[in-house]
Amino acid sequence: MILGSIQPAVLIAALMVAATPILLAAIGELVVEKAGVLNLGVEGMMILGAVAGFIVAVQTGNPTLGFIGAAVAGGVLALLFALLTQVLMANQVASGLALTLFGLGLSALLGQSYVGISPPRTPKLDLGPLSDIPFLGRAFFSHDALVYVAIAIVIGVLWFLKYSRAGLILRAVGENHDAAHGLGYHVKRVRALAIMFGGACAGLGGAYLSLIRVPQWTEGMTAGAGWIALALVVFASWRPFRALAGAYLFGGIVVLQLNLQAAGVKIPVEYLSMSPYLITIIVLVFISSGKARGSLNAPGSLNRPFHASG
Amino acid sequence: MSTTTPLLQISGLTKAYPGVVANDDVSFDIGAGQIHALLGENGAGKSTLVKMIYGLVKPDRGDMRLRGNAYAPVQPSDARKSGIAMVFQHFSLFDALDVAENVALGMENPPPLRDLATRIRDVSEAYGLPLDPSRLVGELSAGERQRVEIIRCLLQDPKLLIMDEPTSVLTPQEVDILFRTLRKLSEEGTAILYISHKLEEIRSLCSEATILRGGQKVATCDPREKSARALAELMVGQLLTPPERAARATGDVVLQVDGLSLKSNNPFGTSLKDINFALRAGEVLGIAGVAGNGQDELLLVLSGELASPSDRVRLLGQPVGHLGPNGRRGLGLVAAPEERLGHAAAPDMSLTENAYLSGAGRKELVKNGFIDWGKSRDFAESVIARFDVRTPGPHVVARALSGGNLQKFVIGREIEQAPAVIIVNQPTWGVDASAAATIRQALLDLAAQGAGVVVISQDLDELLEVADSFAALNEGRLSAPRPARGLTVDQIGLMMGGAHDLHAPEGADA
Repeated sequence: MILGSIQPAVLIAALMVAATPILLAAIGELVVEKAGVLNLGVEGMMILGAVAGFIVAVQTGNPTLGFIGAAVAGGVLALLFALLTQVLMANQVASGLALTLFGLGLSALLGQSYVGISPPRTPKLDLGPLSDIPFLGRAFFSHDALVYVAIAIVIGVLWFLKYSRAGLILRAVGENHDAAHGLGYHVKRVRALAIMFGGACAGLGGAYLSLIRVPQWTEGMTAGAGWIALALVVFASWRPFRALAGAYLFGGIVVLQLNLQAAGVKIPVEYLSMSPYLITIIVLVFISSGKARGSLNAPGSLNRPFHASG
Repeated sequence: MSTTTPLLQISGLTKAYPGVVANDDVSFDIGAGQIHALLGENGAGKSTLVKMIYGLVKPDRGDMRLRGNAYAPVQPSDARKSGIAMVFQHFSLFDALDVAENVALGMENPPPLRDLATRIRDVSEAYGLPLDPSRLVGELSAGERQRVEIIRCLLQDPKLLIMDEPTSVLTPQEVDILFRTLRKLSEEGTAILYISHKLEEIRSLCSEATILRGGQKVATCDPREKSARALAELMVGQLLTPPERAARATGDVVLQVDGLSLKSNNPFGTSLKDINFALRAGEVLGIAGVAGNGQDELLLVLSGELASPSDRVRLLGQPVGHLGPNGRRGLGLVAAPEERLGHAAAPDMSLTENAYLSGAGRKELVKNGFIDWGKSRDFAESVIARFDVRTPGPHVVARALSGGNLQKFVIGREIEQAPAVIIVNQPTWGVDASAAATIRQALLDLAAQGAGVVVISQDLDELLEVADSFAALNEGRLSAPRPARGLTVDQIGLMMGGAHDLHAPEGADA
């Protein structure tokens, strides 16, 4: 039997690794959109994070510094977006698309002399006896730290949006920026901070690809992961745990179809390769449809420029 | 109540924007516990003045003293810390957040949400304004939304409460509740700065009034000692003539709606339920109701933006429910929606283009498949001339016009097309008194020429002024139209509140 060669524990472990880059990018973008900003530059910030993380890690020999560098690079590129859209009032959609193109080009330039090099290995997190539990240990407790950091960020974002005052202000700014301004909140400042958080998360996600998942630098290696992250935010109805579920679903199908390819299933490779995108979107469409739930959760001021008026 | 130092002294406040002086050397005092009216037309500078008091706008010149101490708020939180709270005209609420979260956002140091919910319940009961802290604001009625704003202010124990046109969205009964609350607050020593252009309200509620015109203070007086007419003339600076109504015979039914139900496609919208009415030629049907009871949906389904089964709406006897706006326009039904910018007019297009968009068919502005720009411009110019739209010319973009001028243009554009039926929603919302009079007169003139007119409005005075028959929308249901003559404000209030048995003949009191 073909499927006999696939081990569930290995599959789950691989799934978590495959899902982490998208999860990081999506949770960052979720916060940005909750603040009412649509940043289509996720792909660009991811790939810049990928190359920046790779360069720093290779130069210093320290993958941790690499990840920090990636987050900073993503944040700086996002700051450019914040400057364009919040200060210069440029159109968010156009600026985001430009950011993606710019990130792709800049990363190709920066990474020219790093093609074909192996980055320093990122160690697995030592969880002691947990990792030795049969099945569970192999599936859930033998990963690098970033997998858990990503989950921690999701929980943190959930707590922040739901229970903290700053999170309430952020949601208020995204829901109705005129009212938030009228109450004396700094719409642009809140949005700029959210945009930078989104950039840092996207950068981390990109570096996870180039330092752990692949691990290598190749031009255009994000291959649309940023776009999937964007779609994930919408179909997850701007809810952190749904974004987590969506990312793991996507990761799971990526890994499964790779295994199926390896096992020689008689389905053309093209269909298998497109299946993760297709299935993730179909499932999320079904989850978010019904009772106009998704649209209720959408930030009211999303993608509307804010002009402070006297 | 009188004290030696007034609560708030305002002296010489001046604020200029490019091209317009919004406030010119305005000075007055507000005593502790006083209900002080700020009266003026749209554009008289009321909003700018209160924004300066609330720290949203910085004055160019002049200063304020609070209890004798210098007071210069840089941002609203400074004002809130000093004990000044404000209820906004367009509510500063967040639809997708619940009541408690909305209240927390307007407070300086809110307690944890659970404690806050209990305090909201306590305060709302103490002031007779019942409110459930866990409900989503998007599901509340306009009156309930205002309660959220008021309670948000009261929880901070303000010394001065600013209310910007609070009654424009309320039913008469809700207005009574509000006034009771405000009087109670005043007795407890809270001063209230009450902004409005509704004179009767001010005369019944306020003990002092400051009147602004064109950014300048024209008078401070006791409104209880002046007639409404005297106040209006101070406010407008000229004599007002109410619209003339010629007695007119009504003709055949021009628009008939039977059993029309429609599900709203907006999650916060109101679905229409079994709407029935017949409009005769020469008749003005006034439809009252508090915002959010289906007015927008009714306009959309009558104008053709939303389709319905074809025989539910009949125009001149012909089923038109399935037709879109252009199809209905061709047959003689035109409409002017509430939202001027973005719905009635395309903000960044010129007046000529906007005139063309609506009048293309009826005014035959298309020649051999191409737009006849000359004719379109003439059409726009004729609207501008007839309705006294103040603008440099038809090449100006719609966005550049003031609200009142644009409203005159979009209504005039429809009237100029000589329709058989015209539907208007909030025709004078945010329009100054003289422009409002022009618009109402134009609608009456059109009816006198034999057209059927439907006026959807939240302004009862307006409806009583123009309407021959009167109906109210409540939660998507329309009461049966009754003759407007002889209706009292109390009866109307009950109709708006959903007492549908009222269409029994008068005298059969409930």
